[in-house]
Amino acid sequence: MSVLAYTESENGKFKKSAFEVASYASAVAKQMGTSATAVSFNADGGDSLGSYGVSKILNISDDKLKTFNAKAYALAIVEAAEKEGAKVIIVSSSTDSKFLVPILAAKLKAGYVPNVVAAPEGTSPLTVKRTAFSNKGFAHTEINTDVSIIGVSNNSYGAHENNVSASVESFSPALSEDDFAVKSTEIDKVVGKATIADADIVVSGGRGLKGPENWGMIEELADVLGAATACSKPVSDMGWRPHGEHVGQTGKPVASNLYIAIGISGAIQHLAGVSASKTKVVINNDPEAPFFKAADYGIVGDAFEVVPKLTEKLKEFKAQNS
Amino acid sequence: MKILVCISNVPDTTSKINFTDGDTKFDANGVQFVINPNDEFGLTRAMWFKEKQGATVHVATVGEANVEPTMRKALAIGADEAIRVNAIPTDGFFVAQQLAAVVKEGGYDLVIGGRESIDYNGGMVPGILATLLDMNFVNTCIDLEVDGTSVSATREIDGGKEKITTTLPMVIGGQKGLVEEKDLKIPNMRGIMQARQKKLNVVEPVDATNATTDKKFDKPAPKGAVKLVDNVEDLVNLLHNEAKVI
Ligand SMILES: Cc1cc2nc3c(=O)[nH]c(=O)nc-3n(C[C@H](O)[C@H](O)[C@H](O)COP(=O)(O)OP(=O)(O)OC[C@H]3O[C@@H](n4cnc5c(N)ncnc54)[C@H](O)[C@@H]3O)c2cc1C
Ligand SMILES: Nc1ncnc2c1ncn2[C@@H]1O[C@H](COP(=O)(O)O)[C@@H](O)[C@H]1O
Repeated sequence: MSVLAYTESENGKFKKSAFEVASYASAVAKQMGTSATAVSFNADGGDSLGSYGVSKILNISDDKLKTFNAKAYALAIVEAAEKEGAKVIIVSSSTDSKFLVPILAAKLKAGYVPNVVAAPEGTSPLTVKRTAFSNKGFAHTEINTDVSIIGVSNNSYGAHENNVSASVESFSPALSEDDFAVKSTEIDKVVGKATIADADIVVSGGRGLKGPENWGMIEELADVLGAATACSKPVSDMGWRPHGEHVGQTGKPVASNLYIAIGISGAIQHLAGVSASKTKVVINNDPEAPFFKAADYGIVGDAFEVVPKLTEKLKEFKAQNS
Repeated sequence: MKILVCISNVPDTTSKINFTDGDTKFDANGVQFVINPNDEFGLTRAMWFKEKQGATVHVATVGEANVEPTMRKALAIGADEAIRVNAIPTDGFFVAQQLAAVVKEGGYDLVIGGRESIDYNGGMVPGILATLLDMNFVNTCIDLEVDGTSVSATREIDGGKEKITTTLPMVIGGQKGLVEEKDLKIPNMRGIMQARQKKLNVVEPVDATNATTDKKFDKPAPKGAVKLVDNVEDLVNLLHNEAKVI
């Protein structure tokens, strides 16, 4: 028996979440007195996971799996889980993971708990703490099946170094043409820019910015910070920004280390989706804006004055600290 | 084309969340329930298929009698028939098994669910359902076109979009984007009147077990007061020295 981590990569490189998932898996393995194995697709440098406590890496290198395919990936992970006799599988909260996990859960008849924020509270039965009601609450959930799947909420557990020697094995799951019945034909993705899901810092703009022509200063601020850009729902509904940038209860969830909200009032649906961020900064000219109640730091002021100054200051700060 | 839209009955997005029975249950007292927002987009897209391609649209919910107002709302929006599986929706695996029985019974070509329910945020029912039925599955679906049995869809990915082709029968996990916000259908008087005549079938659950159990709930610790600063120098210092995020 072992604990299996699905460690995601992109263009051969492990994503940041892979190290968090690996760390979580090795912590669970320790709690259960076993070892952690990782499964990855076309990833280079599998042994780097050894720094996070994973002792074995099954690397699948297959050109057919260059592009993510939920069903094929899920079936490959099923095969890896069976080979390893894995009773617990750890995955991230990325959009791709959330796509493949239900397939994986159904195939393995495994109980799946998403949005888990801490190491298991108990191992028999396996009990985990997760967010529910869009971050307005937590549930302590018990898994009642033989095999369990835990989805770790982004940035909640963190990557923890724990060196073990790791062996990399190549692994070739048996897949058939039928497993690729859902085909990717085109991917349209910003390259070289942090995404809301992965970024440590997210800079977000609301209706207070008045119009799409004013987003230049948001992008500049995001650039200095290496941050992803996001927006409130009305901003994407009006077409000022693409839908993919809409964050909140009905948009993308944000769980970054730092969330900077500019010209956003802090409606309950917005807060529900971003409150998992560790530090929240609000810039708003209305001292009564509800967001101030949910923030750690705030500046009451006009965004058009504050944001360019903040960008300048951060540039100086970066210059001094690099 | 026969479409089933799976509708989850959830607390309104503005609801305050409380727990009861020693923090073991969600407190529904005074809470207004609505069609899960992700399902609203799916239902409106289904209406488009009904109007443009002559599709038949049914809706299904796993829930007790208290979910019927939400189902009537879906009928008022234009669904032809509703099916309620008479059981408490205790976990995603359980719900998916119930819906699988409904889909088999009704012979649906396209099953539209949502990316996640905004209450328990499981995000698993459509994918489990698809797998139990051996149907194709696309999650976080933001565009869906059907031509005969050929499907072209777009899904949201981290940092962009992906175009996909596949075939019916299939299940999607839909969300905002499937239709524009401004095109979302809301019930009108005529729809509400018509809904009263439409069938709301109640079926008993099939044998199924839960994979998970929520034992206890709690709420996040109250937040400390915000630190207001007057200038960007102070903010940068605090972010660096105190919060340690830059
Ligand atoms: C079912 C449902 C789901 C929803 N889901 C979401 C969701 O997922 N995400 C989401 O964001 N919203 C969601 N909403 C919408 C939400 O209720 C709010 O309407 C929305 O968040 C408001 O966006 P905003 O803060 O950008 O705009 P506003 O509320 O208009 O706020 C603009 C803010 O900008 C400030 N401002 C104006 N000028 C300046 C200036 N010069 N400098 C600085 N500040 C300035 C104002 O003081 C104000 O606080 C949902 C609503 C519903 C009904
Ligand atoms: N009780 C239910 N009855 C019908 N459909 C449901 C139910 N619960 C979830 N669903 C469907 O599954 C989607 C995802 O829900 P969940 O997996 O609960 O987050 C929802 O958007 C609905 O389409």
